[in-house]
Amino acid sequence: MSSTPQVKPLTPVAPDVTAPPGLIVAFLDWFGEFGIFFWRVLRSGVTPPYEFAEFFRQLDEVGSKSLPLVAAAGGAIGVVLALEARSSLVRFGAKSLLPATVVFAVVTEMGPILTGLIVSGRVGAGIGAELSAMRVTEQIDAIEASAVDPYKLLAATRILACIVALPLLTLAASACGVFMGWVTATLIEPISLVHFINTGFQGAGFKDLLPPTFKTSVYGLIIGSIACFTGMRAKGGAEGVGRAATTSVVLSSLFVILADVILVKIILLLFP
Amino acid sequence: MPVTEIPKPADKEVAAQAHPAIDIQKVTKSFGPQRVLDGVSFEVRRGETLAVLGRSGTGKSVLLRIIVGLQKPDSGAALILGTNMAEADDASIAAARTQMGFLFQHAALYDSLTVEENVAFPLVHHRQDMSQSEKKDRVRDLLHEVGLDGHLNKMPSNISGGMQKRVGLARALALDPVILLLDEPTAGLDPISSGEIDELILKLQQEHQMASIVVTHDMVSARTIATRIALMDKGRVLIEGSFEDLKHSDEKFVTQFLHRDL
Repeated sequence: MSSTPQVKPLTPVAPDVTAPPGLIVAFLDWFGEFGIFFWRVLRSGVTPPYEFAEFFRQLDEVGSKSLPLVAAAGGAIGVVLALEARSSLVRFGAKSLLPATVVFAVVTEMGPILTGLIVSGRVGAGIGAELSAMRVTEQIDAIEASAVDPYKLLAATRILACIVALPLLTLAASACGVFMGWVTATLIEPISLVHFINTGFQGAGFKDLLPPTFKTSVYGLIIGSIACFTGMRAKGGAEGVGRAATTSVVLSSLFVILADVILVKIILLLFP
Repeated sequence: MPVTEIPKPADKEVAAQAHPAIDIQKVTKSFGPQRVLDGVSFEVRRGETLAVLGRSGTGKSVLLRIIVGLQKPDSGAALILGTNMAEADDASIAAARTQMGFLFQHAALYDSLTVEENVAFPLVHHRQDMSQSEKKDRVRDLLHEVGLDGHLNKMPSNISGGMQKRVGLARALALDPVILLLDEPTAGLDPISSGEIDELILKLQQEHQMASIVVTHDMVSARTIATRIALMDKGRVLIEGSFEDLKHSDEKFVTQFLHRDL
């Protein structure tokens, strides 16, 4: 009697879910390292002695030296807004709303986000490149070997300078945007600056002016922290310096935009 | 990190006499699968200069970084004037660092500061008891000591490699350290400049009587400035002693090293 060969049923192989994709691991690893870095900077920054001289030097670097660029960009946005908004408002017979449109758009959103992105590019790249160059040439090691805390001297001062400078730069950008919006409007159809400002700010309240301006302190925290983090952990010579500068700009710009989305929602919830 | 107190000279003297200034005990360090230091032990007392020689990549610079606390060993102890840099807290490490001067391989001058500001850096951060004019005078004295009068306002990028090393040396001496660490002080310099740096290190050592470690692969430099030589290979100290001890060694690596450099 012949026996039928036993055929083993196929066993389905479950996918290996214990090994997460490399990208997720790298992402979490970056956040973990960033968290440790931020904690060290925070701990160093609140402990005396304080590096006031370096803080004011960085405030000049971040604030004063970014002012011309931020002001020019704010002015350009004011011009563009005035032209675009006028064109649309005239179509709907609402050109009297032009001052309010320009003022509200510039002060509540365009001024802050533009300032954040410009500073992210200029200052983020600058800090990232400077600190990464210091890292690869052992200058940060030399600071540490001199019993000076590099997290306090280099990182805390720059982050605090960004936090303080961003709202001030935003005010400048918004002022230039409103002013150039008026210039553009008055070149098409004369309107006095006083009338433009009064009409533009009519109905504006606390929630329209201060929270949007001071939310840029959060942008400063993001830009300063990311730039210092990418700079101080750089490796690999000139290539490492370039990579640190680029990464600093890309990540700080991305997180500034994400933060804007979240902060706008928070402001609307807190100040309905 | 709390404000560090600079030990007074009398305290430094007592501390220095009680035990070796540098006491390395069975230090090991690996980077991934590569073991760069494998049970390294030695002592250095005040007035001594130990030259650590070896091939490139044998962990010599890592040893200096462990001594100054920039890296931690995997095992063993690095006792600096009694403080174990491998286990001490931040405040103790900072206090120990104020008694050490470190000359990095490429000087590591702060390129946003002038020569004067570079040398003044340790004084600005640790000598609040000194007035501005006292700090200026101290900086001028240090630069005079290393032969760099008249270059105070220059930026590091505007001076030669040899001059950068001298500025680095002046900065390392700013706090009148008990210990001096030099990482390849003559690397990248021409023979004449190398000789000048060697003579300067010898002069400073004779005047300040520090416990010094010089990491180098320059045998001529080591013969000039060292009182003892430690030759490393594969992460271990192969032989330690005077230059004569090395000459009479029958270890193949030692012979090859000496004959190549001479």
